[in-house]
Order: sequence, then C-alpha cells, then structure tokens
Amino acid sequence: MVHSWIPNSSPKVRDELLRELGIKEVSELFNDVPPQLLLSRDLNVGFGRVLSEYEVRRLFTSLISKNRLGDVPSFIGGGVCQHYVPAAVKAIVSRSEFYTSYTPYQAEIAQGLLQAFFEYQSLMANLYGVKIVNASMYNGSTASAEAALMAVRVKRRRKILVSGSVHPEIVDVIRTWGFGAGLELVRVGLDWESGQTDLSDLRSKLSEEVAAVFIQTPNFFGVIESGVREVIDEAHRVNALSIVYSHPLALGLLEAPGNLGADVVVGDVQGLGVGLNFGGPSAGVLGINDDKELLRQFPGRLIGATRTPDGKDLGFAMILQTREQHIKREKATSNITTNAALEALAAAVYVSLLGAQGLRELGEAILGRTNYLLKRLKEVDSLDLLFPGGLHFREVGVRFRSADVESVVNSLAGKGLWIGPPLGKFYRELSDCSLMCVTELHTKDDIELLINSLRNVLGGGA
Amino acid sequence: MAFRQAKWSEPMIFELSKSDKQPFMVDSEFREQAREALAKIPEHLLRSTEPEIPNLSEVEVVRHYTKLSQMAYGVDLGPVPLGSCTMKYSPKISEELASDPRVVDLHPYQDLDSVQGILEMMYLMQRWLSDITGMDECSLQPPAGASGEFVGALIIKKYHVDKGNTSKDEMLVPEAAHGSNPASSAMAGFKVIKIPTAPDGETDVEALKSVLSDNTAGLMLTNPNTLGIFESKIVEISDLLHGRDALMYYDGANLNGILGIVRPGDMGFDIVHLNLHKTFSAPHGGGGPGGGAVCVKGRLKDYLPVPIVDFNGRKYVFKYDLSKSIGRITWFYGNVVPVVKSFIYISALGPALKEVAEVSVLNTNYLMQKVARLKGVSLVYGEGRWRKHEFVVSFEKLLKETGVSAEDVAKALLDRGFHAPTIYFPLIVKEDHMIEVTETETKENIDALARAYEEIVELAYSRPELVKSTPVNTSVRRLDMLTANHPKTVTPTYKYIERLRTR
Repeated sequence: MVHSWIPNSSPKVRDELLRELGIKEVSELFNDVPPQLLLSRDLNVGFGRVLSEYEVRRLFTSLISKNRLGDVPSFIGGGVCQHYVPAAVKAIVSRSEFYTSYTPYQAEIAQGLLQAFFEYQSLMANLYGVKIVNASMYNGSTASAEAALMAVRVKRRRKILVSGSVHPEIVDVIRTWGFGAGLELVRVGLDWESGQTDLSDLRSKLSEEVAAVFIQTPNFFGVIESGVREVIDEAHRVNALSIVYSHPLALGLLEAPGNLGADVVVGDVQGLGVGLNFGGPSAGVLGINDDKELLRQFPGRLIGATRTPDGKDLGFAMILQTREQHIKREKATSNITTNAALEALAAAVYVSLLGAQGLRELGEAILGRTNYLLKRLKEVDSLDLLFPGGLHFREVGVRFRSADVESVVNSLAGKGLWIGPPLGKFYRELSDCSLMCVTELHTKDDIELLINSLRNVLGGGA
Repeated sequence: MAFRQAKWSEPMIFELSKSDKQPFMVDSEFREQAREALAKIPEHLLRSTEPEIPNLSEVEVVRHYTKLSQMAYGVDLGPVPLGSCTMKYSPKISEELASDPRVVDLHPYQDLDSVQGILEMMYLMQRWLSDITGMDECSLQPPAGASGEFVGALIIKKYHVDKGNTSKDEMLVPEAAHGSNPASSAMAGFKVIKIPTAPDGETDVEALKSVLSDNTAGLMLTNPNTLGIFESKIVEISDLLHGRDALMYYDGANLNGILGIVRPGDMGFDIVHLNLHKTFSAPHGGGGPGGGAVCVKGRLKDYLPVPIVDFNGRKYVFKYDLSKSIGRITWFYGNVVPVVKSFIYISALGPALKEVAEVSVLNTNYLMQKVARLKGVSLVYGEGRWRKHEFVVSFEKLLKETGVSAEDVAKALLDRGFHAPTIYFPLIVKEDHMIEVTETETKENIDALARAYEEIVELAYSRPELVKSTPVNTSVRRLDMLTANHPKTVTPTYKYIERLRTR
C-alpha cells in the first residue's frame, strides 16, 4: 500500500531498497518472527481503507460537530477554567521548529529550545517565589504526586497530610502514585464554616512521622487560605516539608507561596496560554528553594545556563542529569522522560507577553469578576453561597436550597450556559452544591445572563 | 555541507528591554470590584513585591521567541534519527484539526451529552489500540510513555497484592531496556533484577531462568528490543514467566517496526503501553507533551486506571467502576489532544499501518548495511540478523584507532544538517549510536545520512582533530558542561546568573 506519508512506499523505491538488501520481499526481514505469531489478517483499525486528506477532514468534522460549546464562555471550574489564549502564544507554539523538535539532548543544535525552557524555569521561579523550577511535569496533579514522593524520600517518612480543601482528583493521583512507595495519605479536615483547612485537625494529625503537609490556595472551592502561613509553620514545627499548590494566575496579586515560606511549590499552567484541551495536555509547575537535599531528590528535567569553553558567551544545556532515569535507572528520582515542554513554552510566552503589570491587571480582572459574581449570587433566592465568609478567587461554590444540582446544570446547559462541576461526586456532604468559575473572558452581560437564567431555572422570586 | 544554523546572540527575556513597555492589554471593566475585594484580603496574603517579570511589548516578545525557534531543529527541518524515539513526520492535517475550538475549548467537566464527538474518538482509539496490540481493553489516561510504564508496574503490583502474594517484589528488566523501565519499577516498589543480553542480541534465556523465582512479579520487555532485534524466543519467555504467575509487560516504545505484522498480545504479553507521540505521529513538542495508552488482557481489565470510555448502548460515557483499578494516574482523562492527533493519523492510514512497519524496517536495514560496513564501525550483537525499527552500531574501534568518539561523530552529524541519533544507549554497547530513521524518511535523505557517516569516519582517520572540534555550524559550539553541573556554578534559573558572569 502506498502513502504520501511513507515516501519509500512507492513501488519503484521500495524495489530499489529491497534489491540493495538482496531480498525479494519485505517479509524476509521478519524471518526471525516465529511464523505462528505473524498476524494473518489486516488490522481492524481506521475505516477499512486509506483515506484522502479531504475524506479525513470530512469524517473528523462530522464527529467533532457532536461536541458542543456554550454560547458564552464556560463558567465551569474545578481546577481548570476557560481563559483567553493570546494569538501571539498560538503563533509561537505553532512554529514547527519548536513543536517537531525532540527533547534537547543535543544542546548545540537546540539552543533556542533550551533558552526558552530556561526562561520558563526562571519566570515561574519568580512568579512562585522560589529559586528553582524544573522544565515541567505532565500537569498540576502529577507535579503534586512527584512533590509528595520527593518529600517521602527527603524526609524518610511516609505520611503525607493533605488538606480537605485540595482538588479531590489531585488527592486521588497522589494516592495512586504513592501505592508502591508505601506513602500513607492522611486527609486533614475541611472547616465547613470557612471552606479552608481545619487548622486544629491539622495540629492533631501532625507528628514526627509526617513527611509533608500539602495545601492548595486558592483552594478547590476558590477560597484563599488565610492560614497558609500557619500551615507552613506547623509543618516546620515537626520538621516536615510544606508543599503549596497555587494557580499561577492568582500570583500576580497574592503573595507567592515561596515568599510565604513554602519548601515546595506546585501548580498547573492551564490558563497561561494553554487551553482547556478537555483536561490535557497542560504542564505542571514544580519548584523548590535552594536546598541541597531537595535538589538532589528533585525529579524531572532541568535546563541550566553555562558558558562556552572560551568563557565568552552563555549557552544552555540539560543539567544535573545524574538524577534522571536514562542515567540512574532504578535509582532515579523519577521515571519521567517526556514532559510537557510545549505547554511550558506557551506559559513562558504568555508570562512574557503579560509581564508583571499584565499579570497583576489580569489578577484584578479575575478577582473583580469573582467579587461581582459573589455579590450577584447572594441576591438570588433559593441558593446560598457555599462559603459566604471566604475570600474567593476565580471559583465560587453554591448550594441549591431545593433544586437538584444535575437538573440545574442541565437546564442551564440548554440555555447555552455551562456551570459545574456538581460537587456531590467529590464530597458526599455537597450533593446539593456546584462550583462556578469566572475569568477575564466573562463580561458583565455574561454574568447577568447567568444570574437571570439561574433565577428562571430555580424559580422563586427575583 | 550547506548547513548553517541561525546564530542570534539573543539576550535573555529579562535583559531584552531597558525600559518598561505597555504589555498585553487587559480590560479594566471590573477594577472597582477588584479594589473592593482587595481591601478585604489581609496584607500578608497580598503580593509584597512584584515578581521579576519584564514588561514588554508584543513585538518584542514575538521577535524574541521567533529568533529562539530558529535555533531549534525539528523533524520539519530534516531527519531526527533518534533511536527508540520514533521521530516520524507529524502530518499537518492532524495539527490543524486538533486545534479546533471543539477540542481545545472543551472543559473536562462538561456534561457528557456535549462531548459525544470526542468520547467517540477516544472510544474508537481504545478499540483500535486494542486490536493493534492484541489486547482486550485500553485506558488513555497515561500522559506519556513512562507514566504508562508506571501504570503497568502498578497493575502488576496490585495484581499480586490482591492475590496475597506480597513476596512477589522482583521485576526482571533486561540490561538493554530503556531507563524508564527500571525507574518505573522502582517507583512501583519493586526490586529490579537485571537480565543480560546473549551474543545473538536477544535476552539471555538461561540467565533469565536462573533468576526466575516465586518472588518474580513480572518482566518488562520491549520487542523488538533496543538493539532492533526481534526476541524470537518470546513465547518461551512468556511461558516461563506465566509458569510462576508473573506478568509480562510490553514497553511499546519500539512498536513502529511490527505494526500489523505481529502483536504483543499474541506473543504472550499481558500489559502494553503505547507512545502516541512516537508510533502514532503526534509531535514531540520539544520534549512533550506525550500521549500514552495502557492496554491489557481481559483478566486485567478491572485493574486499569479510571476512567475509561464506554458505550452504554445509547451514548458514550466515562466508566469509573472498575473493581480493582489502581486509581487515577492523572487528573481528568490524560492528554486528549495527542489522542485526537493519533486518531486522525490512524483514520487516514487504516490498513496501511502495516506499510508503516514494513518501510520503517526496510529503511533501517538499508541504512544499516551502508553504515555498518564503514571502517571503524561494528555491529556488536546479532551478526547477520535483520533489524526492525532501529539498529545500533559501535564506534569503539574508531575511538581506539583515531581518538574520535561516538559523541564526536554525533556532533559532526549536526554540522552536516542532521540531528544526531541516540548515543551511548543501550548501555550494553560501548561508544554506540542507536539509529531509527522511521518510514517517513526519503531514500535520498537516508543516502545522505549514510554519506555523512562515511565522510566523518574517513575524516576521523585522516584529520581526527577536525571531527573532534565539531560542531561549528550550529548556534553554539560544545559547551562547558563542567561549569554547567558544578555545585558552585550550576545555574538552574536566572536568579543564579551572576555565578557565570563573575569570572
């Protein structure tokens, strides 16, 4: 079968290569495969034949048209939200010099990639207030798991305390990743009044067996953890590490976790020039402060600056590779190989486009919308704010007094408005609750439309 | 050769501009609302000092990264013959279609009725990958190959723990295996037992028998192996492992050479991971993102990471209730965009996937017979055997006779406009190149690569210093790696840059 993506499949070239090898049939190249193992039929894949590009496009279009988007930007939260992806970011990450490159093992021919990743590491380090950030993990959830496993290795303790306000799927991922290492995950309670980590429960669970305390701020409910500093101090009191997860877009306004004393910082760059992508890919941020033991146990690829041998110019290369699997094998600090380089590049371009000023302004744009949404939601009968006393950023939880969450979500979806996720699948206590998210994409009209539609759906007075 | 890479002395983003510019425009519609909210946030929670991130105009940023892109080398510029990396051409149609808003703007928590199209693609991919691998069910959760390996190792762990066989704590891994195999095994809590390679280039079955015990939990193997040689005794190996209730794990990094010809499931493997960014053409992105899948035989179906996509007779749904699942390996559903790109690739090729394997193997052997006969070059294992997706040659003799190392040869290739192959891997071959040209390379380019090797080897014997001083046509020459890694000068971020300046 010939195909344009397989240049040497054309019969003339194929025959020429066969002749050079002194064989008649390609099957001779497989003469060491036991004959009973050879597949005697065609693969049952694709659509039964080779398709032309226009046939593929037609087919794809008919499938993809079964997906629907809202009439206004999505109000769905849950760790990732719809943000604007600037055209300049798309243009840069679409450059095929970048996206068709391999991992920059050959530094001399990959300086551009290496410099971009070095800048990503540096920009993220500055945003999170730490000294070192690696070249990316797969996403925020796996960066979290890697952080927890690193803590277990560094502290030689197995217990990880995870706040009740951390994204439940992050908690699941830490648990899965910790299964082989014997990691013992202990949930710290959620203070149901404030929507924050229950500090007294944290104190009661802290001991010398704890390797790290893991919290998220703004947390899963969008609530800014006002006790983040206390949590960090409590962890240090038992010589445990503090791991703080934050969304980078909050950090134009809120204090960087590193500046608050976090030993390890974690995050996800979705929203930083990276689309929703139905949940992936994104890139995970993982950073540490200048600590020899943490650096020795640090997972993932690191890019460093160095000099040319004449000392005149700077150059960039992958560094400290003796931590990594291709050298250390079973003694490596992680098995990670492929990371999320292109999304890290997108994040670097995005942060460069916005600058400190733009990040602050964008943080305000989101905070302002959150504040407005909170106020308008308060005025809607038949629903309550989940955590009315909490300081919120980007995400807000609501409780429906009498209506079923699923039916509210579905009715709104029928009007082209998307909210969610319903919280019952994460917390039994919250089966009548849902999250919502607002970003720079939402106009006042969008928010008004949401409020009016909620009123319509929920019935009851204005 | 006429290769000259761009050589911009591009400053770092932090040094690009002397003064602040107006960065990306953000609306101020909600500024009053923000002020009100900010006033409620305690001082110590607000950013005390602005992050050191320069304020630049759009044109400055675009020029900066465009210049950097000109100092990168991807498949769209020429061959990237990295062994075990399968750097094939990524069709443009996949890039364009997968950037549709109905892919990239989909929220993972959207109502299922609104994502039936993408779920159908994921469902079909689970079916297709099952057929390609000879397995019964797949999960698309792993975001990359190594995480697929980790999933496999965790399934093996949980399978034995569930059966009460806690003494099964040893994973057998060939010395020639990818480094991520032992690393993934260790992360799943296994002791790693190394298996040597026999002179014919296959796993040493006698050595394997000698370490096989009731403590053996599984074997991680790739077939064809990293020498590009097909493990012809694979059925015997599978039987040996299964005789001890140990599981067979297939590392799918090397699948490209056997697509549609022979399947891991038929060889006796129980678990397979696939790299969608290798075998199924999703681009590598400069190091990521990847796309992974893990496929298993029926009896291990309930161990897969959740969710998987299911069809309930009416619509596509996420299935979470797998009774023995190892859990979530990542949040949401894995890396869906590479899955979409691979879906497009497989849709287009269909049964021609077999042609992918045939031509990649044809190309490999064609190049091998040209390179292996060069002076100073040797095939160490499996003399006289055909290779599959890749081959490995050693420059040990060349080093001895000329002082030119495998690394020097790799750098000289860069100067001739080729990306270098994988070097110094697998660890069982000294001074080696591991070369994979894939099916997407033209005969002309393969001939040119062979000629480049020939020229370099000849030069090594006549003027070795010229090879040792390469590359000169790239953006930079070889860097000072001692400074790069020395504890006193290591510079992992811009915060440390003064370490390099003060000398």
